[in-house]
Amino acid sequence: MRLKCPANFRIIRLPCTGKIDVIHILRAFEKGADGVYVVGCMEGDCHFKSGNFRARKRVEQASKILDKIGVGGERVKMYNLSSGEGPLFAQYSIEMDKKIRELGPNPVKTALQAKKKAA
Amino acid sequence: MIIASKKPIEEIIQEVKDYKRLLILGCNECVTVCEAGGKKEVEVLASALRMHFIKEGEEKKIDERTLERQCDHEYLEEIRDVVDQYDAILSLACGVGVQFTAEKYHSTPLLPGVNTCFLGANEQRGMWTERCQACGSCVLARTGGICPISRCAKRVMNGPCGGSGRGKCEINKELDCAWQLIIDRLRDLGRLDDYEIVAPIKDWSTERSGGPRKVVREDVQV
Repeated sequence: MRLKCPANFRIIRLPCTGKIDVIHILRAFEKGADGVYVVGCMEGDCHFKSGNFRARKRVEQASKILDKIGVGGERVKMYNLSSGEGPLFAQYSIEMDKKIRELGPNPVKTALQAKKKAA
Repeated sequence: MIIASKKPIEEIIQEVKDYKRLLILGCNECVTVCEAGGKKEVEVLASALRMHFIKEGEEKKIDERTLERQCDHEYLEEIRDVVDQYDAILSLACGVGVQFTAEKYHSTPLLPGVNTCFLGANEQRGMWTERCQACGSCVLARTGGICPISRCAKRVMNGPCGGSGRGKCEINKELDCAWQLIIDRLRDLGRLDDYEIVAPIKDWSTERSGGPRKVVREDVQV
């Protein structure tokens, strides 16, 4: 399709979004990610019945934790699309990239970089 | 099992903010099953706390460990070698685990990371309900397997009381009247005659009102 999408995100493949856990999302932020988005199948279309619903709940939990610790819950988001929707996948990545640029860098990463510089 | 719920992360941050080296100690038993203080919750909390304090510019060492149980000497011994490396332990076990760890490691401050709620069952995914108050003298044989102590708001022994209406309790219209459940079950079991027997005055000395309790089994002591 040769669709244009930002080059600054890394795709981590999962057997099903139901595999994702809150800790996976938090670790990404701990390692310096500025944002995380989870792309699952359309709701009701999960091959394992409820994987994408589980993922949505866990994304919400991670978002609440990030809000409480001051990193920002809006840095995580769950999207749903079908495997045939390549253009939508590209559109979501552009949308997320734009949103994260507006929010600025992950404050945890910024603090770590400042500490390294000082040292 | 013992049901606990997570303490809000803001409260935990306040509790731990003065300690530089912190061990978050989970428990593999009840709190793992009720998803409040197992290995997974330890990982999530540790990660969240690390990020919070890095962001605040505070240097802290936050480590994770989960023991098989915190209510047994042998499992608690597993951290004896490392306990000196920490200024405090944040235990995600129930109140029993927190206290037993505190007794064992007298000079290390112990902080609770969960609120211990009750003895209950996993009624459905994400919902736990109370089933036992550990009164120390079980009456379930007479009450169709439904406990009037833990499930009746008044702990009525010969119920129902006047607050029972359409099978629900007056304190909450969504709460089943325990005595309605007892009568229904006794009827289904064909044992409604049991309901006619007036329960004797219950011996409450085995309950908490008799002070902290102890079970001593000389037959298993070595």
